[in-house]
Amino acid sequence: MEEALQNQKINILAPTNQLSANHSHSRRRRGEKAIEKILVLCAAIFILAIFLITLFIFAKGMPLIAKIGLGDFLFNTQWSPTKGMYGIGSMFIGSVLITLGALIWTVPLGLSTAILMAEIAPPRIGTILGNLINLLAGIPSVVYGFIGLIVIVPFIRENLGGNGMSLLAGAIILGIMILPTLINISRDSLLAVPREYKEGSLALGATHFQTISRVMVPAAKSGIITAVVLGMGRAIGETMAVVMVTGNAAIIPGSILEPVRTMTSNIVLEMGYASGDHQTALFATGMVLFVFIVILNLSINLFAKGGQGIGRN
Amino acid sequence: MKKNFGRIVLTGILVLALLVVTGCGKSNDAGEQGSDSGKLSGTITVAGSTSVQPFSEVLAEEFQAVNTGVTVNVQGGGSSQGVEAVISGAAQIGAASRDLKDEEKARANLVVTPIALDGVAVVVNPANKVSALTAEDIKNIYIGNIKNWQELGGEDAPITIISREEGSGTRDAFSEIVLNKEDIVKDAIIQNSTGAVKTGVAGDKNAIGYISMAKVDQAVKALRVDGVEANEANVKNGSYKVQRPFIYITNGEPQGLSKAFIEYVLSDEGQSIISEEGAFSIQ
Repeated sequence: MEEALQNQKINILAPTNQLSANHSHSRRRRGEKAIEKILVLCAAIFILAIFLITLFIFAKGMPLIAKIGLGDFLFNTQWSPTKGMYGIGSMFIGSVLITLGALIWTVPLGLSTAILMAEIAPPRIGTILGNLINLLAGIPSVVYGFIGLIVIVPFIRENLGGNGMSLLAGAIILGIMILPTLINISRDSLLAVPREYKEGSLALGATHFQTISRVMVPAAKSGIITAVVLGMGRAIGETMAVVMVTGNAAIIPGSILEPVRTMTSNIVLEMGYASGDHQTALFATGMVLFVFIVILNLSINLFAKGGQGIGRN
Repeated sequence: MKKNFGRIVLTGILVLALLVVTGCGKSNDAGEQGSDSGKLSGTITVAGSTSVQPFSEVLAEEFQAVNTGVTVNVQGGGSSQGVEAVISGAAQIGAASRDLKDEEKARANLVVTPIALDGVAVVVNPANKVSALTAEDIKNIYIGNIKNWQELGGEDAPITIISREEGSGTRDAFSEIVLNKEDIVKDAIIQNSTGAVKTGVAGDKNAIGYISMAKVDQAVKALRVDGVEANEANVKNGSYKVQRPFIYITNGEPQGLSKAFIEYVLSDEGQSIISEEGAFSIQ
């Protein structure tokens, strides 16, 4: 592989070789070599860092899981570290519920918006909307959390009951945060559908709506699924905004108006004062989160690939 | 290519290891500088409780103004991290807003110097008609026996319980003194900072919470507990029960710069700074 690379380099350099003196040629080659080495070193450090972080999380988290057992850690819903009870069951469910809650309303809304921007609105307006939505994606999560705390939480408290800090508030805020990802990627994948598909469908007598729902969306399916997965990833990993609006009680909520704690919240809430087993339990929570996200991404990638295959048939 | 890659990875590890070693070395040396000479110089790090952090910051500033060659770094992180930092040597002084746990004492020869007292105020929304509760009432609210303000002479409204996270020094103090270590109801709202609890109580007229007395202002109303007003005199004479110590921790007896800084904190000047910033002096 290295030889092939070098041959290529020599070919590129060949014309200049004839013009320049021999020593300048070798100097340049040495320079290139050095840069190449630096790049490889950078990549190696980066890979090493990721590897070490993963190793560190597992090394720090494993002792607790070994001590109380994976089943007890994952499925017990009693979280009371100062009393030696380490069950993250309620937070695992909390993370799943809040992510589903965010997806339930954002997927239809986001997809409709993407269709509007890609298919129905004039292209110029679609582009302007796209830029506006990109702006939304740049707002820091703490700002979303603050808006949630000042606007959404009191609104829920006064109109729907409860304290307002709830699963619902979290799902709304998270939804707003993942909308830009959902919309932009869905829109791009809709725009990438070959023009012939649309023209063919229209030529066969399908209405515009039939073309969108039967041809365009199925053809863009894998891109749309990617959008949902990326949104889901952000929703599960999001911490700051969620901590601010969900109330963080370590319970399985009985309704959408009750407080909820996610796995990420658990870590950020308690890391400041945790020591000993408590700290280990937080690392173990991080470990579960890590594995959970990896499994989720892998399985949905598989599903997306499968979907693509069916689409082609 | 393979061999090359191995070499590069090895180089990477060496570079990282070097960084780690020099990083530790620096902080270790720093603590030992400037003890014997007349003029103090060097760097120390104070890390730990976020409740103590603002006090340490002001104290450090004043200490550096007097001793120009000295740098005092103040870091937060929480009481437990303060203890960790002292044991690992990352900080020369750890700050905590609770007494040391037995497992922490067992890990090293930690020396504790109390530097201040802080009262924990039980706060409600200013619109709440209730302005005094017994410790027993507060306990019953937090363990879930009393659920409505009506039972305590307030309006007919459900009580929103706001608490701190497990491990928080404020929660430890509150739980030990008021709740007798009984469990706080599971569906209590959990916030992980004094500011967030205050915002929660200030925004919800049915809420109850507990915060450091230093942070009480017009946004919330501090309750009388067992008829005792939440104020400095009552914390110092011990009649207000809900209080906790602020402590500095050193690994072994404080030496050199750490010793000088702790002596400064305990001096009249240091203690008056602590009072100005809102906690109560130790004397």
